[in-house]
Amino acid sequence: MADPAVGALRLRGVGQRAGAPVFANPLNVTALVLIGAFAICAVLAPIVAPYDPLAQALGSRLEPPSPQHWLGTDQLGRDIASRLLYGARISLVIGIVVVALAGIFGTLVGLVAGYAGGLVDETLMRVTEVFLAFPPLILAMAIAGALGPSLTNAIIAIAAVTWAVYARLTRGQLLSLRRREFVEAARAIGASRGRILARHLLPNALAPLMVQASFDMGAAIISAAGLSFIGFGAQPPTPEWGVMISEGRNFISTQLWLSLFPGLAILLAVGSFNVLGDGLRDLFDPRLRRAG
Amino acid sequence: MRFLGFLARRVVGIVAVMIGVSVITFAISHVIPADPAVAALGDHATADQITAFRAEYHLDRPLAEQYLTYVGGLLHGDLGRSIRTRRAVADDLADSFPATLELSFAALLAAIAVGIPSGVWSAVFRGRLPDFVVRLLALIGGSIPVFWLGLIVIGLGYYQLGWFPGGGRIDLFVDPPPTRTGLFVVDSLLTGDLTALRSSLLHLVLPALTLGYFSTALIARMTRSSMLEVLGQDYIRTARAKGLRERVVIFRHGLRNALIPTVTIIGLTFGSLLSGAVLTETIFSWPGLGRYATASAVSLDFPAVLGVTLLAAVVYPLANLAVDVAYYWLDPRTQRG
Repeated sequence: MADPAVGALRLRGVGQRAGAPVFANPLNVTALVLIGAFAICAVLAPIVAPYDPLAQALGSRLEPPSPQHWLGTDQLGRDIASRLLYGARISLVIGIVVVALAGIFGTLVGLVAGYAGGLVDETLMRVTEVFLAFPPLILAMAIAGALGPSLTNAIIAIAAVTWAVYARLTRGQLLSLRRREFVEAARAIGASRGRILARHLLPNALAPLMVQASFDMGAAIISAAGLSFIGFGAQPPTPEWGVMISEGRNFISTQLWLSLFPGLAILLAVGSFNVLGDGLRDLFDPRLRRAG
Repeated sequence: MRFLGFLARRVVGIVAVMIGVSVITFAISHVIPADPAVAALGDHATADQITAFRAEYHLDRPLAEQYLTYVGGLLHGDLGRSIRTRRAVADDLADSFPATLELSFAALLAAIAVGIPSGVWSAVFRGRLPDFVVRLLALIGGSIPVFWLGLIVIGLGYYQLGWFPGGGRIDLFVDPPPTRTGLFVVDSLLTGDLTALRSSLLHLVLPALTLGYFSTALIARMTRSSMLEVLGQDYIRTARAKGLRERVVIFRHGLRNALIPTVTIIGLTFGSLLSGAVLTETIFSWPGLGRYATASAVSLDFPAVLGVTLLAAVVYPLANLAVDVAYYWLDPRTQRG
């Protein structure tokens, strides 16, 4: 007859391997649901938005939330809910493009540095260090200012200050992985450098990169909104969340909702990606769960 | 001696990073599609004016020569002349840096004063309501856009309650204290000017809380997790077993050891404070580096932008160096080497 204590232990072990505690956490589930909702809003914005986000209706300016306009209207009579929904689309694109650009470039630099070693590694890591020394927003502002204010240039600027973390992470992973037995084994059976890199090293280095990517989705959304807020990113009348907050700035004492709702949208989106990042980290590294 | 050697290596590292930083910012500011001369003089400037302007700022020289001229100046403490303000960039920075420093220090102090006790509280009440509240507030702090928080805080603290001023460093009708350090609070204390002290403190509250929220969240999270780690150690059990009061166990035995990772985070948040200061200063009309950087970048004033970025890029590694020195005092093991 099986010992129930052993059975319980085994069950708990299976649960942990499957990441059950991570998904049993209500906060993680809420974050996943919110990210899902965010993605659906972004994709279906033209269908679910009740109004055209750019359509002005000067007769119904600065209206508080009502059944006609759930989140009210702005100073030009535009429907804030519709602008928010289209804004979700812009923010999601910003997050994905920044993470893709920075992630791919940074990972490549890290792979080359970690695999080549020697002078190449030394040079690339010094360059990476220089980029890490900049306060990100100031460098992004300098780049966006130099290229001219636009959403595309803001994305390029944010990606330019984000890639260095991926380079350092990938290189660190590579240095610890390349001495592992399975890599030695691959080398012993005559696998080529490229194959070892692509099939053995990279997949094993991916976990921390995914965690970082989740945090950076949120960070990119916040940075882009910040750049737009001070005029270096998306320009009016684009329904970008930072632009919306900036436009509502003059009405903060009387019509708070103009800035309130886009800010809450940023908070929820960024918060969800941060919770997802924490959850992924716990999932990939169960040792950290004790402290959580 | 070991420590001095370590210090020397770090300083050499900082200089190397500075050279890299100057090359990159210089490159960025010279790949500008728009013409800084046109930006400074306006669209109606004549060709002669533009030529004269380009000659004055060496914009007509080859890039490499411009860079070498710039670095040569740097070695003599000359950061060039601002195109927008027509003053020496070093003077502009000297004027605006103390404002940013005062704001960042106030934010950091608030973050330490709130973050460490919250982290301890959260760890001691792990899994219960206080823990949940602290973790939720920390999550919000790590995800909230600082410029939006600033607007909400102004809306509440200035427009609704009227408790605090809505912007600036000191009341319009109060004379700023005579400059000793450039930090208004310190200067008014040094000169015993209580009116200026009261006004500058009141002006600091909202921007410092806004800027400090992110760091508070980080510090609280880090203190909580390292406290949990420490409270599970054998020596804590021993301290409890020998009948010490819980307060002594938590603060003298627990917190002292849990503080080391927290100190690292405090150093690292200094970089984020500088980035956050750009936006916070814009919201609160705070005449610091951030506002100077924004105005300079808008008008393509590249000597100024370059100056700010250089200064910012040296502050960050210096903050990290300060952390390492703090380690040395906090953790006796590092002193033995």
